[in-house]
Amino acid sequence: MQETLEIKDLHVSVEGKKILNGLNLTIHKGKIHAIMGPNGAGKSTVAMTIMGHPKYKIEKGEIFYKGKNIVELEANERATLGLFLAFQYPFEIQGVNFSHFLWVASKSHPTIKFNNVIEFKKALKENLVKLGLDEAFADRAVNVGFSGGEKKRVEVLQMMMLKPEIAIMDETDSGLDIDSLKIVASAVNSLRSSEFGALVITHYQRLLNYLKPDVIHIMVNGRIVKEGGWELVEELEKDGYANFIENKTESNRGET
Amino acid sequence: MVTATQVVDKEDYKYGFHDPEQYTFKIERGLNADIIRRISEHKKEPEWMTEIRLKAYEVFTQKKMPNWGGDLSKIDFQNIIYYVKPSEKAESDWENVPESIKNTFEKLGIPEAERKFLGGVGAQYDSETVYHNLREDLTKKGVIFTDMDTAVKEHPEIVKKYFGTIIPMEDNKFVALNTATWSGGSFVYIPKNVHVDIPLQAYFRINTKNMGQFERTLIIAEEGASVHYVEGCTAPTYSSDSLHAAVVEVIALPRSKIRYTTIQNWSNNVYNLVTKRAYAYEDATVEWIDGNLGSKLTMKYPSVYLVGKNAKADILSVAFAGKGQHQDAGAKVVHLAPNTTSTIVSKSISKGGGRASYRGLLKIAKGATNSKSNVRCDALLLDEESRSDTYPYIEIDEDTATMGHEATVGKVGEEQIFYLMSRGLTEEEALTMIILGFIEPFSKELPMEYAIELNKLIKLEMEGSVG
Repeated sequence: MQETLEIKDLHVSVEGKKILNGLNLTIHKGKIHAIMGPNGAGKSTVAMTIMGHPKYKIEKGEIFYKGKNIVELEANERATLGLFLAFQYPFEIQGVNFSHFLWVASKSHPTIKFNNVIEFKKALKENLVKLGLDEAFADRAVNVGFSGGEKKRVEVLQMMMLKPEIAIMDETDSGLDIDSLKIVASAVNSLRSSEFGALVITHYQRLLNYLKPDVIHIMVNGRIVKEGGWELVEELEKDGYANFIENKTESNRGET
Repeated sequence: MVTATQVVDKEDYKYGFHDPEQYTFKIERGLNADIIRRISEHKKEPEWMTEIRLKAYEVFTQKKMPNWGGDLSKIDFQNIIYYVKPSEKAESDWENVPESIKNTFEKLGIPEAERKFLGGVGAQYDSETVYHNLREDLTKKGVIFTDMDTAVKEHPEIVKKYFGTIIPMEDNKFVALNTATWSGGSFVYIPKNVHVDIPLQAYFRINTKNMGQFERTLIIAEEGASVHYVEGCTAPTYSSDSLHAAVVEVIALPRSKIRYTTIQNWSNNVYNLVTKRAYAYEDATVEWIDGNLGSKLTMKYPSVYLVGKNAKADILSVAFAGKGQHQDAGAKVVHLAPNTTSTIVSKSISKGGGRASYRGLLKIAKGATNSKSNVRCDALLLDEESRSDTYPYIEIDEDTATMGHEATVGKVGEEQIFYLMSRGLTEEEALTMIILGFIEPFSKELPMEYAIELNKLIKLEMEGSVG
């Protein structure tokens, strides 16, 4: 059976505000999942919580990965287990050389084995080319002075270099022009295998058209309200979120 | 032979080892005119230098302790040993340096560094230089790189012309003390239009407990000459305090360029009170690259007086204040001629209750028309107990001058740490990486070996700081 990341009845608050209300979600390695949902549904909170951001407080619930509950693990421990987050808003780190940073990061992953820094740089260069980025990015400070679209592509670059087993991509498509979107989508598609799974968070159908995810999850008010296949994307395209928001209200009533 | 017994454990200070004190001559504790006369006599100095020392001692006794900066009240001038001579003479062949001293410098990587990337090396152990060597081709071009004691004997005309002219003995109490008791230090003289293409380096090591190290350095670049001088300093960790009060005078004659790079990493019981000043004449450039780690208290403000038109000053400094440390560091630039420019960039990091202060003076005198200055100070605080202060004194008496000043105080962002950790770095690795990035504008100016060493030192400082 394929490995899964399994979230059970997750309740999360940020700075005292409750965001996730009993989220259940299972992500399968080897598959591409997508979460769609209106603004404020809590999609980014799912991403940050899976990765272990200290500001996102888990009040209740579990996240199982590789046979254990990972909620107490530090972000770096989750990373070295094979999880990855492509940030919606990547942070700038002044004065830190990008390739040095990524080299140090890659050394922390037991599964990544470059024999030497030359091999690493070669792989980095190849992936830069794949993403349509200038080789000079390797020696720039991490995200400093990158345009919005460049930052997003550099997130995907890190994903390609760190070879996660399950990657969460938080609105990687926002701020990308159509050409960049195609480049990013084909890079993600090139990673597809039984050893790679992804959770793609997005507002738009555009990226999904290129990725053709296996499972679609609709998220409203901090929980998953519907799961299904590609037909859900088409339904959303036609009717928007209105139907799902009603469903949500009904289920809430059912609970109380 | 005396062996110091009391050594404090401090695993994170890698230069904290000490050798048994072995010396050929050591003067008794304390200071008076007789001791000064005997130091001078022992050095077989010419009468004029003895006179300078005795006069400076008078000035020292009259000068008040500075009442600003850090806490100097614990310094007991009568408990300090002012002169310790470790070996008979300065050797130019490494093999002839006494074994125990050689071991020390080999632990510090000095001869190796010389072979790899230096044009000349001087190594001072306690009061005296134990080793000095200069690449042969530089000697042939007339470059002089020797210790100050030798310079007094062999080049008295140059020493007399410049000694104490940039920093007079009356400048402050510690300059007077240095002038009275100085020993060792570097003397660098670069003849007209000679470019020394690789750095000259001096290394200063305090070994004796309660020792005062008072090196005196004089660097002169004649017209059109250029040189990069690098120095490093360490001391073992004893339970009682040592004093390092150096004086550095730098003279950049017209069209010359002098870069002076220091990384000081004293153990945390050293008072490091150093006066460094340069004169830059017409079209000359002086650059101070000044890194301060360790010590109990550092008070150091490298200065440049821009005395000729189009002269230029660049001062780049980093201070790292750990637990129980006060780094009172900064920069001074005085614009005295037209079209002069200066840039000051200061970065400080405070951790574990440490205190870093930036103290700077920028003066643009009347007549220094169209002069430009830019000052930037960035402080990074790693925890709530640590402290950072900025004392920028600015005096501008010239209407055509332009000046920019920017100061920031920041904390390492939780978001940045999380970002790096999400890629697999531990919290400590993430924090260290952010700090090294913060000082990168400084470290990129260092010779590569020094940059690597500085990064290592900062990593050591950060070890065990997260948990």
